Amino acid sequence: MREIIYFDNAATSWPKPQETLDAMDHFNRHVGANPGRSGHSLSIDAGRVLMDTREALAELFGIDEMLRIIFTKNATEALNIVTLGLLGPGDHVITSGMEHNSVMRPLRSLEDRRLELDVVRCSASGEIDPRDVEQAIKPHTRAIILTHASNVTGTIMPLSTVGAMARERGIVFCVDASQTAGAIPIDVNEMFIDLLVFTGHKSLYGPQGTGGLYMGPGLEKQIKPLIMGGTGSRSEFEHQPEFLPDKFESGTPNAMGIAGLGAGVRFVLDTGVENIHSREMELSARLLGGLLEIPGVTVYGGGDAQRRTPVVSFVVSGMSPSETALLLDEDFGIMSRPGLHCSPSAHHTIGTFPEGTVRFSIGYFTTPWEIDYALNAVEQLASRQEEGALA
Amino acid sequence: MTATDFQVVIFDSVSSALLAEKILKKLDIPFKIIPVPRHISSDCGVCIRFSARERERIEGSLAGRVGIQTILPL
Repeated sequence: MREIIYFDNAATSWPKPQETLDAMDHFNRHVGANPGRSGHSLSIDAGRVLMDTREALAELFGIDEMLRIIFTKNATEALNIVTLGLLGPGDHVITSGMEHNSVMRPLRSLEDRRLELDVVRCSASGEIDPRDVEQAIKPHTRAIILTHASNVTGTIMPLSTVGAMARERGIVFCVDASQTAGAIPIDVNEMFIDLLVFTGHKSLYGPQGTGGLYMGPGLEKQIKPLIMGGTGSRSEFEHQPEFLPDKFESGTPNAMGIAGLGAGVRFVLDTGVENIHSREMELSARLLGGLLEIPGVTVYGGGDAQRRTPVVSFVVSGMSPSETALLLDEDFGIMSRPGLHCSPSAHHTIGTFPEGTVRFSIGYFTTPWEIDYALNAVEQLASRQEEGALA
Repeated sequence: MTATDFQVVIFDSVSSALLAEKILKKLDIPFKIIPVPRHISSDCGVCIRFSARERERIEGSLAGRVGIQTILPL
C-alpha cells in the first residue's frame, strides 16, 4: 500500500483517536436505542450518552448550563439556525471578509430580503482591525458574526476585543469556531460569546455528521428553529416546545455520532487544549518555515505560526492549485485541498480569487517526518516547474 | 409520612431529567429514574422517584438549575 500523508485536517480531521471509534462501536453494539423517546433503560442510556457529550463540551468551552448546547449535523446547520432564525428585514449585521460560505450564503440570501449587511474588509494576510468593526456598528446592528480563524489562511481573529464591543452595545456576538474548537482555548464568558458554533469532526475529533451551537441566556426566545417535530417531550402538545435544547433538536439525533463526539472531546480534555495547541504550533512553524524557503512558492497569510491555526495556503508559481494538488496526490500520496475552500470572500481578500490556493492543514497526529516529506515534495514540484520554464 | 412514601419530580424534558440525574449523583442523594406513571401525565418521558423525606434536599439542589414541571406524591 502506498504511503498516505493526510494534510486536509481543516476539512475533517483524520485519523480519529481510538476512543472515538470505540465509543461509536460501543453505542451500536450495546446501547442502540433512541435517546429520550421511551422510558426503558436502553433509551435512558442513549440519553445519558448525549448528556455526557454536552457535559464534556460545557467543560471545554466554559459553559455554565449544559442544556444550552444544541446538537446539529454540522456547523453549517448551526450557522443557518443563527442567521435564518435570528435575523430579519431591517436588521443590520456585521461580518468579516474572511468568512466561509456557511456564513456568507445565508446572509446573502437574507440581504435579498432587506437585511442590511456590512462585510468588514481584512488585510491581505487576512487580519481584521477591531476599529473597523466598531466603525461599522449602527444603532440597529443586531449581530456581529465572526470566524475564530480563517479556513484559508489560519489567521486568528481578535474575539475578546470584538466580543466586548458587542456586549457593551447589546449586540449579539456569534462566533464560528469550526477551525478552532478543540485546538485553541475558547471560553464563552471571557470572550463575550453569545452564540458559539462548532463542528464535531475537526479538532473535536468526533465523526462527520456532528456539530452544534451554544446559545446564551435568553436567545432561545429570539431565535426561530429551522426544523420542528418530535422531541420526546411535551408530546401531548402540537406546538414546538420553547425550552432548550428541545426547541432546536427535533427528530432522532445522530446518537452514534454524538457518542463518538463525546469521546473525541474527552480526548481533547485529557490531552489538554494547550498541549494540542503547542504541538500544532510547533508542527505548523516547521511547515510554514519550510514552505517560505522554497523558491517559486508563495505563502499566504501572516508568516508568524503563533498567530494562526495549522493551515497554510500556498501557490507554486506557474502551476495551478488543482494541478499541484493532483501531482501531490498521484506522485507523493499527499492529500491537500486546492481551490477556493468554500470561501470566495477570503480568497478575494488575500488576492487569490478565482484560482485559489493549495491548502495544507495538519493536525495533532501529523508527524515532523510527514512535514519534511511534504516540503521535499513541494520543492520537487517547484523545481520541476522551473526546469520546465527554462527548457 | 413513612419511610416508604415516594414522590416524583416531573421535568419538562428527558434532557432535564438526565441533567438532574447528574446533579443528584454528585450529591449522593438516593433516587431512581422511572418512566412517568400514566396516572400522573400522558408524557412519554421519564421522571425521578425519591423517598419523601429527601424532598427538601432534592428541591434545593435542582431548583433554578433544571426545568421542573412539578413534584408530586406517587
